[in-house]
Amino acid sequence: MTTDLLVADSVSKSYGDFKALNNVSISVPKGSIFGLLGPNGAGKTTLIRIINQITMPDQGRILLDGKPLTPNDIQNIGYLPEERGLYKSMKVGEQVLYLAQLKGMTKQEAKDRLKYWFDKLDIGDWWNKKIQELSKGQAQKIQFIVTVLHQPKLLIFDEPFSGFDPINANLIKDEILQLRDEGATVIFSTHRMESVEELCDHIALIHKSNKVLDGKLTDIKRQFKTNTFEVGLQTDQVQTVTEAIKTRFEVLPATFKNLNDDLKMNVKLNANNSSNDLLHFLTSNAEVHHFVEVIPSASDIFIHTVKNN
Amino acid sequence: MNHLPLIIKREYLTKVRNKSFIVMTFVSPLVGVALIAVVAYLSQLNNDKLRSIAILDDTGLVSGLFENTEYTSYKVLDGITLESAKELVETDGDFGLLYISKSKDSLNVVDRVRFFSDESPSLSIISGLERKIEKKLSETKLQLDGMDLDKIKASITSVNIAQETFSGQKTSKLDSYLKLGFGGAAGYLLFMFIIIYGNMIMRSVIEEKTSRIIEIIISSVKPIQLMMGKIIGTSLAGITQFAIWLVLGGILVFALTAILGISIADLQTPQQQMMQDAMANPTVSNEVQLAIQSFFNLPLANLMIAFLLFFIGGYLLYSSLYAAVGAAVDNETDTQQFMLPIIMPLILSVYVGLFTVIEDPHGTVSTVFSFIPFTSPVVMLMRIPFGVPIWQQVLSLAILLSTFAFTVWFAAKIYRVGILMYGKKPSYKELFKWLRY
Repeated sequence: MTTDLLVADSVSKSYGDFKALNNVSISVPKGSIFGLLGPNGAGKTTLIRIINQITMPDQGRILLDGKPLTPNDIQNIGYLPEERGLYKSMKVGEQVLYLAQLKGMTKQEAKDRLKYWFDKLDIGDWWNKKIQELSKGQAQKIQFIVTVLHQPKLLIFDEPFSGFDPINANLIKDEILQLRDEGATVIFSTHRMESVEELCDHIALIHKSNKVLDGKLTDIKRQFKTNTFEVGLQTDQVQTVTEAIKTRFEVLPATFKNLNDDLKMNVKLNANNSSNDLLHFLTSNAEVHHFVEVIPSASDIFIHTVKNN
Repeated sequence: MNHLPLIIKREYLTKVRNKSFIVMTFVSPLVGVALIAVVAYLSQLNNDKLRSIAILDDTGLVSGLFENTEYTSYKVLDGITLESAKELVETDGDFGLLYISKSKDSLNVVDRVRFFSDESPSLSIISGLERKIEKKLSETKLQLDGMDLDKIKASITSVNIAQETFSGQKTSKLDSYLKLGFGGAAGYLLFMFIIIYGNMIMRSVIEEKTSRIIEIIISSVKPIQLMMGKIIGTSLAGITQFAIWLVLGGILVFALTAILGISIADLQTPQQQMMQDAMANPTVSNEVQLAIQSFFNLPLANLMIAFLLFFIGGYLLYSSLYAAVGAAVDNETDTQQFMLPIIMPLILSVYVGLFTVIEDPHGTVSTVFSFIPFTSPVVMLMRIPFGVPIWQQVLSLAILLSTFAFTVWFAAKIYRVGILMYGKKPSYKELFKWLRY
């Protein structure tokens, strides 16, 4: 049937005169890691809060597994907000059990699952520690466990890596990937484009309350590629070769680094020639050491789209 | 899913386990009882002190008027000047000197009575002396006009109106005091309870905001559930604390009297002594009996039920407002501007209760304020011992509860928007805008 776990259907939300979301629709495929991107204040958090039923949309609806959200769906969603914290003076064990019970787990279930996660994340004797006795990174681990403990179908992470050192960030990244492999669907909101590149299969870009871009990351990259190639050559006649290329192709300054090429440049194809044409031309004029298609990074796409809107 | 019991349990346990809460619970009664003991001891000390007052009367009008009492002794000086009298008083270490100077019209002493002392004397000493001199002078004047003092004395009659309701219940003046005591205690208790535990609720809301756990919580529960859980959990903790205070206070007073032998009777002030003496008088002991009886004549069942209902209603009304204030701000210092409109009606109700209800429990002001929801819990509780028709109580309670429903709606609106707002110091205008979100 439906392959989308979550669908937001023309969702709008205003705060007073300020329109936080304007007719935004997204579809999150089952088993994907979905990157929800956008500059600060674009409306990402509002959308996430609507999905979590923290706020209600003015218009539009949210479908989970093809059905409109009900209050009981909180069991199916795990949410790690950007503004997150825990009760400082409450003990770790008690606190996690309380939050798990709010998500509809029984005490015993929660205890068993908790043991599993404590072992997995290398958390030993924290049960009776108070949150204020933990470091920030340790507290973040607890928050992560709280988010995933009830094994929700949909996980929503808002800037999950902020506050983690690189080792723990990697640990959490691996956990997210593993959860995806075990069947969970992940919505992932972040500014860190390298983690988008690493993790996301699908993205949506929200800018000034509107969705400006969405789809499979590879499709989007294909759509944004400029038919430009990085070219590195070795030749004695740098001047002549350059002139020759310039007569047939558009030449741009090189954006890559390499060690020992005499001549390097970015070359953009025209509408009427292919990469093979370029390669032919190059091999007949010089020795090719480097020939790579320029694939736009998520960061490039982000900046390009935001600037053009 | 109903998470209310879970939230109530957590709120209750966190409050009750909190160290400062535990300390407050067990230390407060100790401090309270110690304070009472100290005050009682000090007032006893004060009363024990024997004061001597010297009297220099150049007119001879008040001679023989002053008789030594348990606490004051009088020294009558004669035939010396004011200056030497002053010196004498100072060297003897007397408390003060009363001086009446001579004039042509011997009976006109206005402006001619003076009191000298190092420390300024208390009001009661001065008015005591004044009353004595006034009485003596008017008696002298009456005598000069040829009146027979004995006859005048014999003509003085004391009247004590025996009060009785149409249904035949006997009441007394003491009865009114008893009613007042009951109403006042109930109203004041509610007032204290709202201030202490309302603030506790507010702080607990602010804590959730500052620790940033709020968003995690409300992705699991409805804000209104969280708010109600907080109010109920904190109230239960409050009731626990109050109960412990009552029990501990009782035990402590009992222990103090039993072990240390400081019986309540020993701590009596002279006034109490007088009361006790008077009780030997058969008519007065009759009155005490009447008072005891009238205690049972109070609408006790009504009082209990009304106390419970108005207490809960009033407390919930105010605590939902406290919760809203907590949600609207980021830290406690920002709460000031929103506290005033909460505290004002509360204080107003106590004043109306203490001044108007005592004077006229069924007058217009008392009646009106016992219907206005923000003042009705306190004012109505103070009125009920004097007998309020049931329909008025029911109506007032209905108004109170519907207002509560409204404030909960209002507070929940503010709450659900406010808990996710950071870094803003909201104005009233902004709060009003939140209602439309």
